[in-house]
Amino acid sequence: MTITADAIGLEAPPGPPPVVRRGVLRRLARNPVVVVGAAILLLILIIGLAAPLLTPLDPAEINPAFRNKKPGTEQTIRAADGSKRMVTNWMGTDSLGRDIYTRVIYGARTSLTVAVAVAVISVAIGLFIGLVAGYFRWVDAIVMRVMDGLMAIPAILLAIALVSLSSAGLAIVIVAIVVPEIPRVVRLVRSVVLSIREEPYVEAAIAVGTPTPLLLVRHVLPNTVAPLIVQATYIAASAILIEAILSFLGVGIPPQIPTWGNIMAEGRTLFRVFPHNILFPGVFLALTVLAVNMLGDGLRDTLDPRMGKRL
Amino acid sequence: MLSYIGKRLLATIPVMAIVAVFVFALLRLTPGDPAAIIAGSAATSQDVAGIRVRLGLDQPLLTQFFVWLGNMATGDFGESFFFKKTVASLVADRIEPTLMLSLTTMTLSILIAVPLGVLAAYRQGTWIDRVVMGFSVLGFSVPVFVIGYVLIYVFAIELNWLPVQGYQPLREGLWGCLVRLILPSLTLSVIYVALIARITRTSVLEVLNEDYIRTARAKGLTDRVVLMRHALRNAAVPIVTVIGIGVALLIGGVVVTESVFSIPGLGRLTVDAVLARDYPTVQAVILLFSFVYVLINLLVDVSYTVLDPRIRY
Repeated sequence: MTITADAIGLEAPPGPPPVVRRGVLRRLARNPVVVVGAAILLLILIIGLAAPLLTPLDPAEINPAFRNKKPGTEQTIRAADGSKRMVTNWMGTDSLGRDIYTRVIYGARTSLTVAVAVAVISVAIGLFIGLVAGYFRWVDAIVMRVMDGLMAIPAILLAIALVSLSSAGLAIVIVAIVVPEIPRVVRLVRSVVLSIREEPYVEAAIAVGTPTPLLLVRHVLPNTVAPLIVQATYIAASAILIEAILSFLGVGIPPQIPTWGNIMAEGRTLFRVFPHNILFPGVFLALTVLAVNMLGDGLRDTLDPRMGKRL
Repeated sequence: MLSYIGKRLLATIPVMAIVAVFVFALLRLTPGDPAAIIAGSAATSQDVAGIRVRLGLDQPLLTQFFVWLGNMATGDFGESFFFKKTVASLVADRIEPTLMLSLTTMTLSILIAVPLGVLAAYRQGTWIDRVVMGFSVLGFSVPVFVIGYVLIYVFAIELNWLPVQGYQPLREGLWGCLVRLILPSLTLSVIYVALIARITRTSVLEVLNEDYIRTARAKGLTDRVVLMRHALRNAAVPIVTVIGIGVALLIGGVVVTESVFSIPGLGRLTVDAVLARDYPTVQAVILLFSFVYVLINLLVDVSYTVLDPRIRY
């Protein structure tokens, strides 16, 4: 794969080219897909960050008197000082009496944390392996066979198998989602490196005796930035989905922690009577993933126009 | 051609070997002693030692790996910790629902996605194109189980047209089996349709600019013939490639869909086995799914020569 010089500012070697130029930002701002995606994502982020301000209830608080309430039910809660006040369960309550609305907005935190963590970690690891594999032929042969093997295991199965190795928790879930994503990043980085290493300026750098690590960081690395930003966005979207799937199947994050997948898993048994337990987190989940995907498509079209043709 | 197939078959061996090493390592990495798990809580240390010898766990790791690999190759997947029967018979019991679900989903997806993709390419830039592409992005974003529950709610609970959940084996009647597969296949096909429709549109669009399409139109052929015979035929290679790659998505989706619709297939078995920490079953299922995935992609590679006679190996 070759990257257009225009997209990443190759015209200004030898120094590392600016990653995102002003022109790129302006073009992004003019793309309605990017704007809508970013706006939805920002909204979800604000909801997640401001969750304690948006609800008077605790997402883990069990209230046996208010189990399985339909959306819009009102309940009276008693504060520690004895004062009473009315609270509306906008999205109803689950079978333990926990407020769905509260759990859904707190759930945004988990999803976004997983998305960012998985994207950053898998890109970092994949970038390192990909740079080394693309540049050193003998490493390449071994690494790529291992990556082919990893890619032969369907991502969700690999993640399910990995979470079974340890007790459930956020960290193991992140690791389990990162591992299947690494080969995809490695392949992408490697393909960029393979095309870049034949460029005259890389040959020139070798000729003047640039040490290999410096060569990789200074001349090869900047070329991987644009495709990696796009790839990281797609990884974030798939990480949110896989985390939700793992939690939904009961092998992910422990059930008392509010995540969208956990809320839906809890709502499964009484789905016929109380579909809201699945509907509300489902809408939030779909909307968030949609927003990230829209952002990814927009970034791809703007940063890396040739990539669009591959899929 | 034959030598090409032979070469490709040989190339899958290292891939499967890596998968095997990984899956084997999975059991080795697990906390706890498998022999103690099998023996149960009432066992004495002699019992555990006996089981360890019987399973070959007292052998060096490398010996264990090759013994295990040999067993796998001959269909001996070991004994399930949890279900207390051989993994091979367990898998055999669960394979039919998964196979039926996958086949109906694939058929449905291809029948829906390819015409949609061609239509979107043909009407590029119109509202039809935008609807198809919008659906495609949406299909990638809505999780499988949410689609499943929405379909159950609408078609099984509100409209009461179709059964809510469950599976009926094929030998108890084709119709009953298919009726119960309608909602699961629809659910599972959404992401697959999104994927295939997208690539169909892209590759048909690329082909539509070719000279031979203009020639075909100039000869006075109808749009339908041009699209189906000239455009789609030449766009087939990337479409088939994506269908093959998409099998990974399908396998992941099977796991979730079977849980949503209470279908007693291999996907459900995987989840149950992971929850029960039943590692021999987990190993066997992962190995099996990966093998099928690699095999399908091998078939895809081989099919290129049939789809596009210009491709010679």
